[in-house]
Amino acid sequence: MSNVESVTQAETPAAATAPNGGDGGAEKPRSLASDAWRDLRRNWIFWVAAVLVVLVVVMAAFPGLFTSADPSFCQLSRQHAGPSGSAIFGYDFQGCDVYARTIYGARNSVAIGLLATLMSGAISLVIGMAAGYFGGWVDALLARGIDIVLGIPTLLAAIVLARRLSDSEDSGFLPVVLTLGVLTWTTGARIMRSSVIAAKSQDYVAAARMLGAGHARLMFRHILPNAAAPFVVVLTILLGANIATEATLTFLGVGLRGDEISWGIDISQASQFVREAPAPLVWPALFLAATVLAFIMLGDAIRDAFDPRLR
Amino acid sequence: MSRPSADAEVVLETRGLVKHFPITRGIVFKTKVGAVRAVDGIDLQLRRGETLGVVGESGCGKSTLAKLLVGLEKPTAGSINVRGQDMPRLSGAALRRARRNIQMVMQDPYTSLNPRMTVGDIIGEPFDIHPEVAPRGERKRRVQELLDLVGLNPEHINRYPHQFSGGQRQRIGIARALALRPEIIVCDEPVSALDVSIQAQVINLLESLQDELGLSYIFIAHDLSVVRHIADRVAVMYLGKIVEIGTEDQIYDSPTHPYTQALLSAVPVPDPTLRGQRDQIVLEGDVPSPANPPSGCRFRTRCWKAQEICAEQEPALTAREKSAHPSACHFAEERNVVHAVE
Amino acid sequence: MTDIKAEIDVLPGLDSSARLLEVEDLRVEFRTPAGVARAINGVNLHLDPGETLAILGESGCGKSVTAQAIMGILDSPPGFITGGAIRYRGVDLLKLPEEQRRKVRANHIAMIFQDALSALNPVFSVGFQLGELFRVHRGMSRQDAKRRAIELLDMVKIPAARQRINDYPHQFSGGMRQRVMIAMALALDPKVLIADEPTTALDVTVQAQIMNLLAELQRERNMGLILITHDMGVVADVADRISVMYAGKVVEEAPVLDIYARPAHPYTKALLESIPRLDLKGQKLNVIKGLPPNLTRIPAGCPFNPRCAYTRDVCRADPPPPQYDVAPGRTARCHFWTEVAGNEPAVS
Repeated sequence: MSNVESVTQAETPAAATAPNGGDGGAEKPRSLASDAWRDLRRNWIFWVAAVLVVLVVVMAAFPGLFTSADPSFCQLSRQHAGPSGSAIFGYDFQGCDVYARTIYGARNSVAIGLLATLMSGAISLVIGMAAGYFGGWVDALLARGIDIVLGIPTLLAAIVLARRLSDSEDSGFLPVVLTLGVLTWTTGARIMRSSVIAAKSQDYVAAARMLGAGHARLMFRHILPNAAAPFVVVLTILLGANIATEATLTFLGVGLRGDEISWGIDISQASQFVREAPAPLVWPALFLAATVLAFIMLGDAIRDAFDPRLR
Repeated sequence: MSRPSADAEVVLETRGLVKHFPITRGIVFKTKVGAVRAVDGIDLQLRRGETLGVVGESGCGKSTLAKLLVGLEKPTAGSINVRGQDMPRLSGAALRRARRNIQMVMQDPYTSLNPRMTVGDIIGEPFDIHPEVAPRGERKRRVQELLDLVGLNPEHINRYPHQFSGGQRQRIGIARALALRPEIIVCDEPVSALDVSIQAQVINLLESLQDELGLSYIFIAHDLSVVRHIADRVAVMYLGKIVEIGTEDQIYDSPTHPYTQALLSAVPVPDPTLRGQRDQIVLEGDVPSPANPPSGCRFRTRCWKAQEICAEQEPALTAREKSAHPSACHFAEERNVVHAVE
Repeated sequence: MTDIKAEIDVLPGLDSSARLLEVEDLRVEFRTPAGVARAINGVNLHLDPGETLAILGESGCGKSVTAQAIMGILDSPPGFITGGAIRYRGVDLLKLPEEQRRKVRANHIAMIFQDALSALNPVFSVGFQLGELFRVHRGMSRQDAKRRAIELLDMVKIPAARQRINDYPHQFSGGMRQRVMIAMALALDPKVLIADEPTTALDVTVQAQIMNLLAELQRERNMGLILITHDMGVVADVADRISVMYAGKVVEEAPVLDIYARPAHPYTKALLESIPRLDLKGQKLNVIKGLPPNLTRIPAGCPFNPRCAYTRDVCRADPPPPQYDVAPGRTARCHFWTEVAGNEPAVS
């Protein structure tokens, strides 16, 4: 490091003049995201979860990659037959290929999970942001609203709502998405509200207000980027939960119906014959559990990596 | 540093500035049960090129005063006059324009910069909000000039705040405050979060910027040594009021208010030969709550000179028989507490 | 207080003729994902009864880590003591089993912190927390423990101690909380008190109260006090000796009058010239350029060399400057201490 710096430049660290200089607290340029990535890279839980999630998404998008069998081709003659040929999980009560049905079932589960989470994410973002940013009576009103929705037993409400929304003809896809979207946004909204309140009181927000910044700039440039991390994590956890709830609703007969293929339907149907033939129940249930767990673990790992307090 | 003359133009003046924070009960249906009198009637003047130091202990209202001056809080009463305009009464475009004249450097360099914005975006933000100040094409150059001005490398425009040390972050904060070419900068404890060896760098920078750009500073701090070093005039606050105001010499060498004397005598001087040689006044008790200040003189509950009149009549902040400069004490009298006494 | 004696007897090898506290070549490192931070690199300190030793330095110089190592409250991992000895009356604390270490912590060496609010448990009353010490360590009855707790609050001059004994920590002001913490630290009559930035969070008038109280209690009990601070003013007012730390080393050690009159290390000298003084007007502030080193990458040679005005080639190369004897009881780790201190011999 040269000794010819002027007084005002005295504090410029070694990084400024000699990038590899061994002196002074010069850190390599790093962004928050790259810090988080550095942490994630050595976290085996993250890798397990990420591989599982990628696998499930690929399964949902291109089921043909995993099986050449037709999941809706069923023959009663093969009822509850053991594994054979490509049907490595055997056959169910209707004589359908359990492996093929499990693979194809991923599509509905993942699609419903994603859409419902997107919808509840949007609701919670708007409500949480408004409550946290404006405070006062807006907050009081919205916070009571959140409390009321939280007070409703989710599953009971979902059963009632999903049944009311669907007419007997449709597949039940849209009603399930709407039901989940409308009932599951409360956690996200609360998290968003509290992180917006925390971010709002930061000095840099005051600094921007002092410059004359308007509401939109304060909200979207200063508060949202600093409040979003915990929210995004909650969404990944919610995604897992939504997939599980969809299966539950379908199992209870108020979710997907008819010719649809989904883990919930398979579990529901197989449950009647679980004593004679456990395989048609065990396999989709296992896939469901693994998928839900993978999303939740991913969310957990990302939260830890983005939380500077854990460094 | 040349001292600005007493007849230089007044750039900032407050009259009867008051800020009361209501104490409320309930969330939806609020009822007011009292008020914290954070700032309770402040009159002060700031001249061009001058540094006015504001000192006091925590809870004296100095930080609220800073927020009032830069418009982060709305005053309960009183006026803040900047270049003939009463700031609290402005709104919309006029307020936005007026804000350009008075900016602030904040205390904590770690929380005052948005961690998700680059240094270029942080220092350039004033230009986004006030596009008339710098045409779009010129902004990058202006930001780099500002970085250079505060002693940072202009090439670091794309770095993030966490890549800088505390002292460098404070320089970034100063550059942001300078972007709109204000006449007045309110410095709220600008060095108290920094390490000792870094403080001098920032103090020297603030001084050289003042000389170069003709800035006026309101310098708020609890460190009386730092204020003596940088200020031309000093105001001492206690429980929301100014108790004594005068030139740096008047306040430090011949303080007349008992609180100023106690405050100064409590500051340790880094010279062991003075140990036990200085007149030390140790105050009893704590500062009363600003929600329920004592009647009359607010300092009387801790003052060794207090008489009946102090509880009945609030002393005005004026020059007195034994105080050449304004002092809010019925019994104002000089006492040398800073230097060794024989 | 015969029961206290009983406690002390439990500590084997205690030699009352040995030095009160002696730290020898202490080394501590923090093993973090970003690398090994060498926080303390061979620190020597000593303390006698009734003496005040100030450890002066900026954040990251290792002054608080030194205190934590002496107290045995270093977070491990990531912190590891990799060498040296900490002897209390001849007993090497680093070699003691944890159980005995705990006894030392309560009865012989105590510590107060900067932030009294987080050092006190918010859900128990102050009286309960003070009384607990006597119940656990002295086996006192609830009644006696409460009486002693009130005495202690009186000792630290908390007004109306009898009424305030049932108050919770948040009901006290900052200064009063600091007094409560001092009372807790002194409850079992320790011989050494370590005060880590005890007044940094307080206002100056309160700071004066607390420092006066500490000085008075120290005099009464003939206790050794280690004051850890960055404030050169406080140090000038209370310390007998000063150890200046930089990058995990004591770079200069001297009696208080000598170090202010004629510093022998460039860092001490630069620090003294960079702080504004209340009693001086129009003073020019000297700036120390650069930043303290990153402890994972301490420069070769003298750690201060990149920021030093006296640096020559010898300073940039290993080995780092040894501990030169400047005068009896005075050392400095600088090759050019004679130049820094001036031409005359550096004794007052």
